[in-house]
Amino acid sequence: MTRWNSWSNATRRDVQLALLTLVLLLAATAAFPGFAAPDNLAELLDDTAILIMLALGQMLVILVRGVDLSVAANLALCGMLAALFNRAWPDAGVAPVLILTLFAGGLLGAFNGLLVWKLRLPPIVVTLGTMSVYRGVIYLLSRGAWVNENEMAHDFLEFPRLMFLGLSTLAWMALLCAAAFVLALRYSRAARNLFAAGGNPEAAAYSGIDPGRMQFIAYVISGALAGVCGYLWVARYAVAYTDIALGFELLVIAACLIGGVAITGGAGSALGVLLGCLFLGIIRSSLPLVGISSFWQMFINGVVILVAVLLSARQRPHSRTILEAPRT
Amino acid sequence: MNARMLLRWEGVLALVLALEFVLFASISPYFLSVDTLSDASFNFTERALVALPLALLIIAGEIDISVGAIMALASVAMGLAAEQGIGTAGIACTGLVTGLAAGCVNGALVTFGRVPSIVATIGTMTLFRGIAYAVLGDRVLKNYPESFAVFGQGYAAGPLSIELALFIVLAVVFGLILHRTRWGRAIFAIGANPVATRFAGIPVDRYRFILFALTGMASGLAGLLLTSRLGSTRPSIAQGWELEIISIVILGGVSVWGGKGSILGVVLAALVFGLVTFGLGLMNIPGIVMSIFTGALLILVVAVPALVQRR
Repeated sequence: MTRWNSWSNATRRDVQLALLTLVLLLAATAAFPGFAAPDNLAELLDDTAILIMLALGQMLVILVRGVDLSVAANLALCGMLAALFNRAWPDAGVAPVLILTLFAGGLLGAFNGLLVWKLRLPPIVVTLGTMSVYRGVIYLLSRGAWVNENEMAHDFLEFPRLMFLGLSTLAWMALLCAAAFVLALRYSRAARNLFAAGGNPEAAAYSGIDPGRMQFIAYVISGALAGVCGYLWVARYAVAYTDIALGFELLVIAACLIGGVAITGGAGSALGVLLGCLFLGIIRSSLPLVGISSFWQMFINGVVILVAVLLSARQRPHSRTILEAPRT
Repeated sequence: MNARMLLRWEGVLALVLALEFVLFASISPYFLSVDTLSDASFNFTERALVALPLALLIIAGEIDISVGAIMALASVAMGLAAEQGIGTAGIACTGLVTGLAAGCVNGALVTFGRVPSIVATIGTMTLFRGIAYAVLGDRVLKNYPESFAVFGQGYAAGPLSIELALFIVLAVVFGLILHRTRWGRAIFAIGANPVATRFAGIPVDRYRFILFALTGMASGLAGLLLTSRLGSTRPSIAQGWELEIISIVILGGVSVWGGKGSILGVVLAALVFGLVTFGLGLMNIPGIVMSIFTGALLILVVAVPALVQRR
């Protein structure tokens, strides 16, 4: 076990979670032989894709000691924007919608970020507030009406469903996002600054990193991802209304916590978050197979979150993930 | 914010309240009648009841965002008790005990589990609401005995509802505890500097645990009142109320960083909030638009002192 001991805490956590996810997958497959079939796994990834993208963005925010409770409302607002844009200009294609939602989401995130950065307001209060403001704005935009499938253009609806090498565009987007995050967090200087700002803001400030600016950037990225996910959500479920993804922010945060992101900031890995999302996704898609009603989903999420945070509160005294010296 | 600043903040709240009265009285000639005002009080008493202990909790530097979920859990427990044919007193006890137990779970997670209160209560919020959904599914419980309606619909004396009377009594009790007792001093001290307070020999964790338990019990009580007023239980009952309750506390001048606040401010904030809700209702503005107002108010209230301090 010398090899095991030489790994950093973060790597060990990721390996533990990977094993746990694998066990869950094997258990589901043992009970339902079709579960691990490629088609079913592709569908599972497709189901979990939006959660993965949102959780990656949320991870950045939590890394810099924040939390973004407004992601689901941001998603719903940008989804409504996308639907309304598409209704007004059905022939515009998908690219303008993607750009629109990216910028709209980033702007909504920037609003959170500015309040946290410039006014030093507590993130939980800011995002609790914007969460309810954004939801209200959807109602004003749509006047409470739904945008239904028959009002959406063919391209608009089909984009997330296009298949490529056996996976949907949606699944590919999530995988590319995860890969980009893994690489960026490992090799980019900006990401190291992010870890530094979250791990020890004072020390980071002394070494020339503005922790507030790092928080701002994290919120903008989280918001932009939520914006794009808004379009994807609306296209995938073929409907837009005020309450889509209501309460989804809790699932996103849960995925981060299960993935080993420390709520106190400064520690977490993209791989862990990806695994956390898959873990939740496997549970969700195997519930109906075991004959448990979907009403139990929330209860199970709650139990999983509590177990995850209790374990991480015990395991992690004050260690940071990146730049951690191997144990000798 | 020192004591004078706080006084000023409460002055602002009182002024806003007075303006609201003038505004609504000029909009509707029926507004300033005792009956209307008594009706309007139902808009905020249940939320305000939870805001009282939550204010103490936030002053002590913690937060509980599971309060709405606890109300739902208590409501489901009471509904199940009613289905078993248990009497009104028994149902009420079930609600209170459920709330207390849920609060103790929060307290245990934060004190024994060493989990930061935001995460712990995000978890229990999901768990409690999840239990409500798991138990009820899409069912509705409404086999409440007739006498059960007294808590949410009854009147203590004249136009004074039982809900409002309860709130007034509890506001006085919490005000005295926070501002006139050793316990209150300790709560302020914990919020200002928990480590120093621990070194001063105050059992910080015990205080935290008790405050979480109290907040849970008050949520149970609010769940009891709301269920009694509505006469039915759905798993989505009191959904999103945590936002409004936290807004009331922060609007009341309680510092989100802990260590500062007053019960008078929270009571005034509850009145301001209740009147605005009632007024917008009079103008037929839908609840979801109200949420823009609530959210913006929440941000504004924390942003204004920050802006003032930057000068």
